[in-house]
Amino acid sequence: MRLTTASGRRLVAGIPILWLLVLFLIPFIIVFRISFSEVRLAIPPYTPLLTWRHGSPVLQLHWSAYQFLFTDPLYVSSYLYSLKVAAVSTLCCLGLGYPMAYAIARSHAAMRPVLLMLIVLPFWTSFLLRVYAWIGLLKNNGVINNVLMYLGVIHHPLALLQTDFAVYIGIVYSYLPFMILPLYANLEKHDGTLLEAAADLGARPLRAFVRVTLPQSFAGIVAGSLLVFIPAVGEYVIPTLLGRTDQIMIGRVLSDEFFENRDWPVASAVAIVILLLLVVPIMLFQRLERRELEAAK
Amino acid sequence: MPPAADPDSAYVRIANLTKRFGDFVAVDDVSLDIRRGEIFCLLGGSGSGKTTLLRMLAGFELPSAGTIRIDGADMSAIPPYERPVNMMFQSYALFPHMSVEKNVAFGLEQEGRGREQIRHQVGEILDIVKMGGFGARKPHQLSGGQRQRVALARALVKRPKLLLLDEPLAALDKKLREHTQFELLNIQQRLGVTFIVVTHDQEEAMTLGTRLGVMNHGRIAQIGTPSDIYESPATRFVADFIGSVNMFEGRVSDDGADCLRIDCTELGCTVRAERTVSCTRGAIVWTAIRPEKINISRQPPAAAGQPGLTENAVRGTVREIAYMGDMSIYLVQIDSGSVMRVTLPNVMRGAERPIARQESVWLSWHGSSPVVLTE
Repeated sequence: MRLTTASGRRLVAGIPILWLLVLFLIPFIIVFRISFSEVRLAIPPYTPLLTWRHGSPVLQLHWSAYQFLFTDPLYVSSYLYSLKVAAVSTLCCLGLGYPMAYAIARSHAAMRPVLLMLIVLPFWTSFLLRVYAWIGLLKNNGVINNVLMYLGVIHHPLALLQTDFAVYIGIVYSYLPFMILPLYANLEKHDGTLLEAAADLGARPLRAFVRVTLPQSFAGIVAGSLLVFIPAVGEYVIPTLLGRTDQIMIGRVLSDEFFENRDWPVASAVAIVILLLLVVPIMLFQRLERRELEAAK
Repeated sequence: MPPAADPDSAYVRIANLTKRFGDFVAVDDVSLDIRRGEIFCLLGGSGSGKTTLLRMLAGFELPSAGTIRIDGADMSAIPPYERPVNMMFQSYALFPHMSVEKNVAFGLEQEGRGREQIRHQVGEILDIVKMGGFGARKPHQLSGGQRQRVALARALVKRPKLLLLDEPLAALDKKLREHTQFELLNIQQRLGVTFIVVTHDQEEAMTLGTRLGVMNHGRIAQIGTPSDIYESPATRFVADFIGSVNMFEGRVSDDGADCLRIDCTELGCTVRAERTVSCTRGAIVWTAIRPEKINISRQPPAAAGQPGLTENAVRGTVREIAYMGDMSIYLVQIDSGSVMRVTLPNVMRGAERPIARQESVWLSWHGSSPVVLTE
């Protein structure tokens, strides 16, 4: 069978569109719809939007799930806490990841695949296992405390586990590759003669970096930051295993609403609000990407 | 006003400069004096070491041995950002995220000049390179020729003691290149900055350079004015590299006080040349004759005697003619079997009975035309 260019193109574009439609848009619509229902003890555990009364359809939209989010301070504080954890983790990833990506991009061409491999290597072990491993390191009689006590640096074990610090460690450790890889992809393309030109015009190395390399890597910084920030906001496993018990993140709230309280409408409303919070940075990113593309032409 | 050029002062003094990359010697014991206010062209093929030499002047490469002095100051320990030298890169290396104005202002900002002064100087230099109205554009919004001007303005705005230009015209098309060459000369004279130009393009070197240095395998093969290099090449490499040349090996048969006679079996005649080199009878030498210094005619030249005893004249058959407009190139197979290249200007329109392919012709040249080379 001969595939014409047009039908081939439609096929290539069609697969991702179908994917997004089935696995993203339709579930989103379902969640969106549930968020406007009320909880009830039935299967499914929420009220239908459309009911039939005297032979004509009646649309019943309930705002109660959204209203509830703002009446109980648990939700607002969980949102704010999640944003804070995600923002701090993103900054830490950037601070750690930028020099690493820069070093890889500047290393000898033969070394680069090896170094990139080392960045990706942790993915070969289960994510859950790696987070559990941190419990072993951070707990009161864990590796870190034992070593510090043995060396006499401390006399009582430090409370490391179930702190913000542990959550930051977990998130930074898990998401660092997502910061490094887009940064590397950006920095690797930089033209070394631009730095020579900056030096030639009188800029010391640090100034040349600030004026030339940094602004040119801006798109990489944004891409890496979003790749860390967005999943970190909704992170569930890391704060549950390593984090505080008095302050939970919004991903945990969502899961509790769904599985513990079986309040699907509130769980859906929580999810929709997370999405709204994240849409703004995503759109910013896309605008930036478009501008990059235009500049590259 | 540019400072008066003192022909004897060495403004840039390069002494015994060597650069090794592992086992490879890129620049091999080069010594070179460059005068204030001149345009010095380093000419050579790829891998000749010319770019490495330029990068050492800019400070991007450290010499393995030897010294560079600019205006008396030793540059050995001076990093690129403190040298009184600016460079125009072959790729122009304009900062893509900055406007034209910002690009040009970059160097002045590093010196911590005032905002108003920077604005004034940037405007002035952009006017000189005729880019006055383009200050707000980004480099990707400019044509190749415009980018070249911005790169030049950025390198000149700090009024460096020495401007290094790496293949400054290579990225431009032919018409624009010719135009830009003369403009570059104009700007150089106006500002009086000393230029060192690296190029592989001999035409560019000839028109731009007050003096040329021909480089080969990391060494300077010859230094001289463009006409020195073209008319009196010192070695076979230089003769062959600059322009085209007919070169034949021969043996000195007579070394008179002012003229040499050389038997060339390859050529099938005796070459009589002015005595410019010292050589003894029996020595193996090479004679080089430029294609435009050869006459082509149907009649035997008056000086030619009997066949077999000719001097500075050979017979041959025209094999190819390439019409170039302003001149024509003739490839003539001479009776000894070698092929000689002859160029003739097309002085007349529609000349009567031009020499055609397969015609039998005489080639002859004046005694001053051949250059005798011993190495």
